[in-house]
Amino acid sequence: MSTTASTAPLTTDLMLPHSYLVRQVVKETADTFTLTLEPANGAGGSRFHAGQFSMLWVFGVGELPISISGDAAERDRLVYTVRSVGQATHALVSREVGDAVGVRGPFGTGWPVQEAEGRDVLIISGGIGLAPLRPVIYEVLHNREKYGRLVVLYGARSPRDLLYRKELAAWARQRETQVLVTVDYGGLSWRGHVGVVTTLFKYARLQPERSLAFACGPEIMMRFVARDLETRGFTRENVYLSMERNMKCGVGFCGHCQYGPHFICKDGPIFRYDQMRPLLEKYEL
Amino acid sequence: MTEKVIQYVLEDTDFQQLLDALIKRGHQVLGPTVRDGAIVCDELKLAADLPVGWTDEQAAGRYRLRRRNNNDEARFGYVVGPQSWKKYLHPAEVRLLTAERGGQTFRILNNESAPPRRAFLGVRACELSAIAVQDRVLQGDRYRDSVYAARREDIFIVAVNCTQAASTCFCTSMGTGPRVRGSYDLVLTELAGPGKHEFVIEAGSDAGAEVLAELAPAVSVASAAVSQQVEAAVERAASQIQRHLDTSGIRDLLYANFDHPRWDNVAQRCLTCANCTMVCPTCFCTTVEDVSDVTGSHAERWRSWDSCFTQNFSYIHGGSIRSSVKSRYRQWMTHKLAFWIDQFGSSGCVGCGRCITWCPVGIDITEEVRAIRESPASSSSKDSSHGNP
Amino acid sequence: METLERIIAEHPFFAGLESYYTNLLTGCASNVRFDAGTYIFKEGEEANEFYLIRSGKVALEIFAPQRKPIMLATLDEGEVLGWSWLLPPYQWRLHARAVETVRAIALDGKCLRTKCEQNHDLGYEMLKRFAQIMEQRLEATRFQLLDVYAVGR
Repeated sequence: MSTTASTAPLTTDLMLPHSYLVRQVVKETADTFTLTLEPANGAGGSRFHAGQFSMLWVFGVGELPISISGDAAERDRLVYTVRSVGQATHALVSREVGDAVGVRGPFGTGWPVQEAEGRDVLIISGGIGLAPLRPVIYEVLHNREKYGRLVVLYGARSPRDLLYRKELAAWARQRETQVLVTVDYGGLSWRGHVGVVTTLFKYARLQPERSLAFACGPEIMMRFVARDLETRGFTRENVYLSMERNMKCGVGFCGHCQYGPHFICKDGPIFRYDQMRPLLEKYEL
Repeated sequence: MTEKVIQYVLEDTDFQQLLDALIKRGHQVLGPTVRDGAIVCDELKLAADLPVGWTDEQAAGRYRLRRRNNNDEARFGYVVGPQSWKKYLHPAEVRLLTAERGGQTFRILNNESAPPRRAFLGVRACELSAIAVQDRVLQGDRYRDSVYAARREDIFIVAVNCTQAASTCFCTSMGTGPRVRGSYDLVLTELAGPGKHEFVIEAGSDAGAEVLAELAPAVSVASAAVSQQVEAAVERAASQIQRHLDTSGIRDLLYANFDHPRWDNVAQRCLTCANCTMVCPTCFCTTVEDVSDVTGSHAERWRSWDSCFTQNFSYIHGGSIRSSVKSRYRQWMTHKLAFWIDQFGSSGCVGCGRCITWCPVGIDITEEVRAIRESPASSSSKDSSHGNP
Repeated sequence: METLERIIAEHPFFAGLESYYTNLLTGCASNVRFDAGTYIFKEGEEANEFYLIRSGKVALEIFAPQRKPIMLATLDEGEVLGWSWLLPPYQWRLHARAVETVRAIALDGKCLRTKCEQNHDLGYEMLKRFAQIMEQRLEATRFQLLDVYAVGR
């Protein structure tokens, strides 16, 4: 008997991207674009939980973890808001309608939307951090009677950097919903609030004892936000953050996304603040 | 408890029969051989390819081969080489996919071939534990790494009990050796002395029992005296252990000492050369790279070993989280000995000592732990709150 | 219709103040209104009052040569505007411009300063409250300095 190798092909399925086609590209700001993708072979399977991310692959260039920022109720497509900061993101935002993009996922934990039922929901977003939170807003607005008040606080660098402007206005018109926007740098024609996003807290009309807070943005921003929330009556168990680290696989094998004992890709990216607090203060963890 | 497993004796002169039996079962046999002044793993067809009569001398930052003292022809008379079985189970370079571009779209070609059926000959107790550790990480957690799973399936393991220890070994501290424990197909203990050279074999599985049965004419049941010699030989290995790592409360110890001055101390010595991560049998970090040809119509994705010691390992837009040498050494050691416990329920270290041997500046993980343990951060309430995630 | 006294007594900024003092403050208070676009005060002017904003939005600005006016922060309903009246040299550091029509209660700082010198208990109560405002503004300013949304940090 000779040494015969199995002839069945290997499946590295977790690492094989599925082909999706770009259906729409929307320019949100000078460097940020929203892409809508649909499966290339028409099959369904674009379900996700708010807060999860996909690994998006550009043929021959590279792969990136990008949070899904679309409506989970629309199961035939996946939407991503991407900021062009390097070679791979630039390749991604340069896709045109009809181009294929590889998609793996969805991966990671989602925002605990179910736990928020019957409670007020406080969304605090900074910069592109609004993108992973937008699916939560959709969820709450689609099922309005399940939730209490919805307060969306959004901080950006300047008015030119604001995302989803039309939607922000539309959300503000919903019942029991508050949308407050602020920028760090106002400029002459800005009539809105100027200051960091924490300065909006005092205007949020909700009850901390019966609220859940979801925060997403640069890590420093989330630290300031969480600290401030605590002085306003939120417990550490009622605040959730979306963390970010380098990822090469998205499924807990490459080791890059580790943050203390946590793999951001599979234990997160959404974490409860009480778990994060002792780690956030550790420099170069 | 379990019924006592029967031990058999195979004369050294018949060793080739063991190899032949494995090859006959369709296995590519992989085992130790001498090359470039080290004992490395490679395909074996002949018993003579084993490191017959060789031993290794190991110390912090030092590895040499020399002929064995008694000039015996022991086949497994060494401890561990720079390579480990992850060379085959979790290879240094793997192509994940090949794709072709067609207009705006791409097509993934399903053309990766399966690895051959393999037998590992000469798996030490620490190495067996390391395989179990990687099993847990790569196929025993939320997701299953199919690259690992495909290579791990059907491996025939011939384990070998250690009858000597290197100065860098500390398997006894980690509870992984020197006696082989865990899942294996066959386990050997080599008894080589004046006028005698034999292997005491036990089966650890049905497949092992089948191979043993194939060796039937050449093996005889071991006498009680021989069984005792096996015990004595393993005991001797344990008694030669010089290094110790106190693992009691080590998780909490390292969590609580994130800012210990010892990290600055080791940072002055560590070159971040990543040798330790390459020789470590449990380190698993990888990176993925995209390669395409000049025309841009053909692309491949390659996965290769990576190390948390590299400058860019923790890079996210704008810079690396762990920029300093201190933070990278601390990450490696704290992950290996503490975070791993929270992640996978056991230590990531099996006490094989390779990191000590192959560190060019001789950093000793057991020494680093001792230094922190002997002068922990003062226990004010502020410090203890740093400790618990 | 609300009286000035009730507004002051119920305003969170003055919570915990004895009625004797809220009475005193009411004596120094008046209703004011600023049309959109007008300046409530300008950098360098003598600082003799502070304001409780009841409605509208105020922008804190600074002018620098060769640059358009820089808007540092905005204050809305419920906020307290101005602490420079309390500490020497009693001069405004920034411009305050009504972005929209602003209705506020103005408090006579000059009068209050004298009363605080005479009555240190009152002085302590005022300083405590203003110290907290400064701390919040400082914290927010530090956060703003970090420019967290910029790329390539």
